[in-house]
Amino acid sequence: MNNSNKNNMTIHLKVWRQASNKEKGKMESYTLSDVSPDMSFLEMLDQLNLKLMKEKIEPVSFDHDCREGICGMCSLMINGHAHGPQLLTTTCQLHMREYKDGDEIVIEPWRSRAFPVVKDLVVDRSAFDKIMAAGGFVSVNTGSAPDANGTAIAKVVADEAMDAAQCIGCGACVAACENGSAMLFVAAKVSQLSLLPQGQPEAASRVKSMVAKMDEMGFGNCTNHSECMAACPKGISVEHIARMNRDFLKSSLLQ
Amino acid sequence: MSSETGDAAPSGPKFSFLILQTSVGRKYLVAITGLLSCGFLLGHLAGNLLLLMGPDSFNSYAHKLTSTSLIYVAEAILGVIFLVHLGLALKLNWENKMARPQKYVKKKTFGPGENIFSSTMPYTGIAILVFLVLHLTQFKFGSVYMTQVEGVEMRDVYRTVIEFFKNIWSLVWYCVAMSLLAMHLAHGVQSSFQSLGIRSKQIGQWLKCGSRIFAFGVPAGFIFLSIWCHLQ
Repeated sequence: MNNSNKNNMTIHLKVWRQASNKEKGKMESYTLSDVSPDMSFLEMLDQLNLKLMKEKIEPVSFDHDCREGICGMCSLMINGHAHGPQLLTTTCQLHMREYKDGDEIVIEPWRSRAFPVVKDLVVDRSAFDKIMAAGGFVSVNTGSAPDANGTAIAKVVADEAMDAAQCIGCGACVAACENGSAMLFVAAKVSQLSLLPQGQPEAASRVKSMVAKMDEMGFGNCTNHSECMAACPKGISVEHIARMNRDFLKSSLLQ
Repeated sequence: MSSETGDAAPSGPKFSFLILQTSVGRKYLVAITGLLSCGFLLGHLAGNLLLLMGPDSFNSYAHKLTSTSLIYVAEAILGVIFLVHLGLALKLNWENKMARPQKYVKKKTFGPGENIFSSTMPYTGIAILVFLVLHLTQFKFGSVYMTQVEGVEMRDVYRTVIEFFKNIWSLVWYCVAMSLLAMHLAHGVQSSFQSLGIRSKQIGQWLKCGSRIFAFGVPAGFIFLSIWCHLQ
């Protein structure tokens, strides 16, 4: 990686280092020079790790996978913003051109009791998987695929369900929420199914099971500050939370 | 997967009262008790407006209100509403603190619902509780004067009220407390509609607007009356 040019920057990083869940962590300072503005944020961390390895220092662990903004693996609290300062953007799609020479960047893992730190910036987000396993699915018989247009769904309903279905389960909502609440995630997953006819047979039990599991996992409660919506890289609306609250009340009182 | 439809259906809590054991259910109760308290505020303000009609009207109203035994039932219900609202809000707040044991070194807030009203809810709530206790000792259990209206002996609450607000510091304290109440309501009322699932895309803006009018209008009404009393 030898792309040195006059636009390259020197960045001062403060990164959370924690060897394991059992050990205490702390912020470490690193200075990284020759950072290209065209690099993605994760490529900048790759460059940091190359430098650390050359210096015989343990590289910084961080989550990533597709680096295309669709898998939900990358995380990182960057200067107090989940996924960084750019709206509707995952960390992997954030680029160093957002920063200028000499900037200090504080990088922390998602902070939540339900997301314990595995190492450095990597957290265990399996609490989301457990919530999904509690009800985030539709039970269907296997067999031949049904006709694509066999079930008529209004465009506005399909759009609303699609908005909810955009959730990539990254956990930015939990990280940004001052209470560490997972309401936006659960509401999106409940909504995407409850809005569609295929999700109706299990609609009542689904919302109850998923909320019960969410509580069990130790997430906080929603105080309607909408931090989650602002941090969500997919822009999922808190209106889905209102819908889930409505569905939960209906299912608890009527069924 | 089994061939029988519904075998893998998730099994949620089956009894409706279990709703209160969930975070969402507790939020319903906080919202409902909050909205009921708002109903009380509106009734209280309507009653206080009789101050403008003079001592006889206000005293007769207060006498009628307190001479029926139903007032004890109403007071008990109000007490329960306040206690449930306070107790659950404290519990939810404690759970929220526990949900993030390790704080961020750097954290910025930029949610559209994030403002001075929403971020100070626990503090304005506690301030309102302190105000409520003092308010009861200053008026309900405050100085007692007697008067006669159309031959009926009754408490001269009008005099107690005017006497209280004649003191500039009492007036200032009252106005500060009402401003804190307005702050609490500014987030609380619209947040209740979200918690109860009433908010939707179609009526969201209307609810927000109506909630703000109520949140600032009702305390403004109380402040207006207190200043009016001071000027008497």
